[in-house]
Amino acid sequence: MNALLVVLLSPLVGAIVLALLRPLRWAGWLNVGVSAVSLAAAIMLSWTVGTVGEVAGFTFRVDAFNVYLVALTTFVGLTTSIFSRPYMRHVCETGKIGNRGMRIYHSMYQAFMFTMLLSLTTDNLGVLWVAVEGATLATVLLVSLYRTPEAVEAAWKYFILCGVGIALALFGTVLTYFAAQQVISDPETGLLWSALYQRSGELDAVVMRLAFVFLLVGYGTKVGLVPMHQWLPDAHSEGPTPMSAVLSGLLLNVALYALIRLKMLVDGSLAGTDTPHLAGQLMMGFGLVSFLTAGLFLHRQRDIKRMFSYSSIEHMGLMTFGFGLGGPLATFGALLHMLVHSFTKSAIFVTVGHAAHIAGTQSIDHIRGLIRTQPAVGWSLLIGVVAIAGFPPFGVFTSEFLLLTATMQAQPWFTIPLLTGLVVAFAGLFRHLHPMVYGAAPPGQRPVAANMLPVLTHLGLVLWLGLSIPPFLTRWLDRATELITGTHLL
Amino acid sequence: MIFTSLSLLPQLVLMLAALVLLTSFALLSQARLVSAIHVFAWQGALVAAVTVVVAMTSHSHHLYFSGALTLLLKALLIPWMLHRLTRRLELDRHVESLGRPALTMMAAVALVVFSYWLVLPMIQQEQIFTRNIIAISLAVLLIGLLTMVFRQQAVIQVLGFMSMENGLFLAAVSATSGMPMVVELGVAFDVLVAMVLFGVFFFQIRESIDSLDVDRLNRLTETLEDGK
Repeated sequence: MNALLVVLLSPLVGAIVLALLRPLRWAGWLNVGVSAVSLAAAIMLSWTVGTVGEVAGFTFRVDAFNVYLVALTTFVGLTTSIFSRPYMRHVCETGKIGNRGMRIYHSMYQAFMFTMLLSLTTDNLGVLWVAVEGATLATVLLVSLYRTPEAVEAAWKYFILCGVGIALALFGTVLTYFAAQQVISDPETGLLWSALYQRSGELDAVVMRLAFVFLLVGYGTKVGLVPMHQWLPDAHSEGPTPMSAVLSGLLLNVALYALIRLKMLVDGSLAGTDTPHLAGQLMMGFGLVSFLTAGLFLHRQRDIKRMFSYSSIEHMGLMTFGFGLGGPLATFGALLHMLVHSFTKSAIFVTVGHAAHIAGTQSIDHIRGLIRTQPAVGWSLLIGVVAIAGFPPFGVFTSEFLLLTATMQAQPWFTIPLLTGLVVAFAGLFRHLHPMVYGAAPPGQRPVAANMLPVLTHLGLVLWLGLSIPPFLTRWLDRATELITGTHLL
Repeated sequence: MIFTSLSLLPQLVLMLAALVLLTSFALLSQARLVSAIHVFAWQGALVAAVTVVVAMTSHSHHLYFSGALTLLLKALLIPWMLHRLTRRLELDRHVESLGRPALTMMAAVALVVFSYWLVLPMIQQEQIFTRNIIAISLAVLLIGLLTMVFRQQAVIQVLGFMSMENGLFLAAVSATSGMPMVVELGVAFDVLVAMVLFGVFFFQIRESIDSLDVDRLNRLTETLEDGK
């Protein structure tokens, strides 16, 4: 419980202190320090959950499933803050933002971490909604940080679309609470997920079915599911790069987490009706459409960050499909995919940030010859894309292989669109990647000061996960799979 | 449905809820910006009135508090903030009529019918009261959404957004006698922060396109010609 408090309080205190702190020299380091404290506390919390099984109290509840995402969030939060310190100083030196912008950036970075950790650890569905909406509010000023017309437009779109989406999710939450009140009389526990899950069989199936449609559209907007994905490429391409890394690597996961928890409730409620797998089927449909559409859109992109944000939509679609498919194997694969996608995608965005600084633009047509100018950046981009495209020996291959195997077992026909989608996405990524990495460097292109430590750590971990998953992680994922589907995989 | 079988207070709730729906229509079609803000303030006051009446019928004391909070936030504070912003942006005489009034109104009516159709099978016959309220709140929610789609003026889009929140609150209050206190406070906090951020954005948008007509925010397309 103490570790949980530190996990939640450290980013909250950090956000307030960073908002008030005037000298900028310390802000970047303080941001790293606060993130490190969160990670340390998250590791302690994972340890406790690993030994005790569940930490609960005061409307918070942490089990193997959400502590897994808490650990992932704090870890990527730390590595991205390490990257963002020199990166944002560079941005500040070029005059794109002033001191005030830097303060907003650092403070909102921690506020964003706080809202994500709150939504992961809370047991109350209403607080979950408040925290996910809070994550939008914390990031919207960051998207418009550079104040260019494009950035303001992207932020407005992000604000309005996510605001509308999340409002629909709140309607779904109200309906869930309405169904709960007919079963649980105490108003204080009526929105607690654990209380609802215990009695999910008694919830009114008709109400829950309607509620899930609203919840899927609402949280699905934040996951970036097609056709509610419009905000995602804009917000990713116009915001500062460290923000793109945490949006892609973490926020999308948090929204998907909310969806999975709610699917578990709806599955219980619909078990006895004529459409027992409705929630899963809806998620499979939205997931598959997102996966295929995003793969096609990869081909037409001309902005490097937009391209990788479409790749995020593609992978989120695949995960949504996997969780929708259900069953221990698909769930295990999708959980692993969450982890490897977060590592790989945040590493790619960090590298892309350096690449854009080298070339002085985000336009794919003008980024050339990275390997010659700065081999570390060029190779990282190449390896990152190879990993995200799902080549062995990287971890993404393992998780995609598991997902495909599960699909073949349960719904063999779906393997055809899945494989096609993977090939289309691979082609889309590589046709843009090749000239950027190998092409002739424009004269006068110089290397920039780059901190490749976060990239190396992430890509190293993804490689390790592809070669052999450590036994403690397998047990952890298996425990989470058991919580979600009710059966062991191993 | 026999409404006369209900006792007096639920009938009052239904009437107030119907008035909320009416203000939604008014908000959708109002051309003058200042009048639209007034309509929104009335909607907030009506939602607060519903809350108080529900509190009287169900004897739940925390609803009095939420009613007061709604009145303060939705009927006074947010309209006041919007008023101040429009004055500072010199938009207080701004008039922007609806592009296709007949079509838009028909769409809004269709949304009301759709909401009833959606909610109809949901609840057993004996709960006409709840069913009506949920259908009305869903309609308010969807008409708010429609306002955001059809109107191109940033301030009116914000009003649409806030009236969606009103619809949600109406649903929460009347169908479930209010969400737990911590959730309600959290939602109110989010709405307030959103309003402050909207204010910041009005100035940022004005700075970048010299207008608040968000239709002109169209620089980001699928195939961006050249990165910055």
